[in-house]
Amino acid sequence: MRRRPLAADLAVLALLALYAVPFLWQVLTSLKPEAELLRVPPLWPSRLTLEHYAVVFAQSSMPQALVNSLGVGLLTTLLACLLGVPAAYAMATLPVPGAGALMLGIVASTAFPQIATVSPLYLVMRALGLRDTWAALVLADASFALPFVIWLMTRFMREVPRELSEAAALDGAGRWLTLLRIHLPLTAPGLASVALLTFLFAWNEFLFAFTFTATEASRTVPVALALFPGVFEVPWGDIAAASILASIPPVLIVVLLQRWLVRGLLAGALTE
Amino acid sequence: MAVAFVAPAVIVLAALTAGPALWVVWLSLRERLPVFGIDRFVALGHYAFLATDTRFWSALRVTAVFTIASVALELLLGLGLALALRGQRVGRRAAIGLLLLAWALPGVVTARVFEWLYYPAGGLVNVVLGAQLNWLGSPTLALPALILADVWRTMPFVALFCYARLLTIPAAVYEAAAVDGASRLATFRYVTLPLLGPVLLVTLLFRTLDALRAFDLMFVLTGGGPAGLTETLTVYAYRSLFQTLRLGFGSAIGVVVFVLVMLVATAYFRVLRRQEAAA
Repeated sequence: MRRRPLAADLAVLALLALYAVPFLWQVLTSLKPEAELLRVPPLWPSRLTLEHYAVVFAQSSMPQALVNSLGVGLLTTLLACLLGVPAAYAMATLPVPGAGALMLGIVASTAFPQIATVSPLYLVMRALGLRDTWAALVLADASFALPFVIWLMTRFMREVPRELSEAAALDGAGRWLTLLRIHLPLTAPGLASVALLTFLFAWNEFLFAFTFTATEASRTVPVALALFPGVFEVPWGDIAAASILASIPPVLIVVLLQRWLVRGLLAGALTE
Repeated sequence: MAVAFVAPAVIVLAALTAGPALWVVWLSLRERLPVFGIDRFVALGHYAFLATDTRFWSALRVTAVFTIASVALELLLGLGLALALRGQRVGRRAAIGLLLLAWALPGVVTARVFEWLYYPAGGLVNVVLGAQLNWLGSPTLALPALILADVWRTMPFVALFCYARLLTIPAAVYEAAAVDGASRLATFRYVTLPLLGPVLLVTLLFRTLDALRAFDLMFVLTGGGPAGLTETLTVYAYRSLFQTLRLGFGSAIGVVVFVLVMLVATAYFRVLRRQEAAA
């Protein structure tokens, strides 16, 4: 194909910057003085301030929500990987009885709508006395995280050459050792992508978190943001600041860990 | 032996996915009002009621319009953007970053961002348009405004998939088309589009099932309003389950969403498997 001029590249970048404007506007709003929020134009404020962030940190449940979200996200990822990786290893390399039907069930459950499973899970959490705890959210999030981890990791594990595990077996390595020494290192980049996406999904999850939490003790960031209080009028600046705080992990992932994010995303549905 | 590797995951999945999927069907056959201690079998009573429930049909219509419009716009815009990105040589990382940002944000953040953009007195949209429109409060504008917010956050996903596929098409294919004197339009129509076909189909099905089960964006942005005109099946189900506390009735609506999603998912997995077999 013909090389296109630099101007075209810059035009595409400008277009994409424009596409990000809704979020960038929220960033700017979070830094505007209260009095200038509704005085637009001018688009750019007379000065930038952190006063909204100070309010969010001092007077809202956002700090605790950030801790909750981080904890729930990391524990969900850990649980899904601890249970999912051995299962994926077996599905990919060992004769699992009923493997075909099992895989079908696992893949199908990635499509289950949360609105359908939320009522039984609610009754389960209530019966177990887990309402308003991290445990409820970790378990509920595992319902979509675990099938996702098994599905993708099975694909990655299938690509490990059979000769390697056979060689390991000849050396007397058991199955667990083969998983730890051969398959895990070789699929580590894939696992990193999968773990990253799992964390992102858990961080962003709203329906379960909104249903199973009741107080600050377990409310995650999306719930705290959805319930962000306004007494007489909507505190747009504070909400903007809270939104930016809620966006820190996704933004970091997109900026710093983009390669792993893209790899995981494409592995999820492309078959090349 | 293999069972030891699989068993823990299978047990957890049985408890958290398969079990609830069956249980919700059973719940939907019961009248269950925890507040009043009512719990009795009503067979298909809830479904019979839904068949004549105007609120249900309205929610079904909103869900259909939302899904079709949102997915169609995403595919068109995503494909267009992928084509624009194909030849990109400068700032590719930045481009993908700017693109994926909207996709990676929590749905609640997107809802808050657009709530502020649409704010009638001082929101950026009205300022830029020089208008005084009440986007989320107007019966005609609310659903399109909601769809636009959804397209914003999901189009990047489509664009990324199309872009990734475009990169795998060898340059030789295009050189051959150029040698044959094919116009740009003809090249797109007879070379690019057929090669993108499988990816577009997979993306279409995946996005459709995702749009059918969407909840957070509409729940926070419009809450189903004004006057229920943006209320999807998921929002109606949630309201019934946890605001009017009718667990049986709400579960019946959940089952309807479940069935719709699984119909699309069946087609999706079938296509996925066929493509995998062909690869």
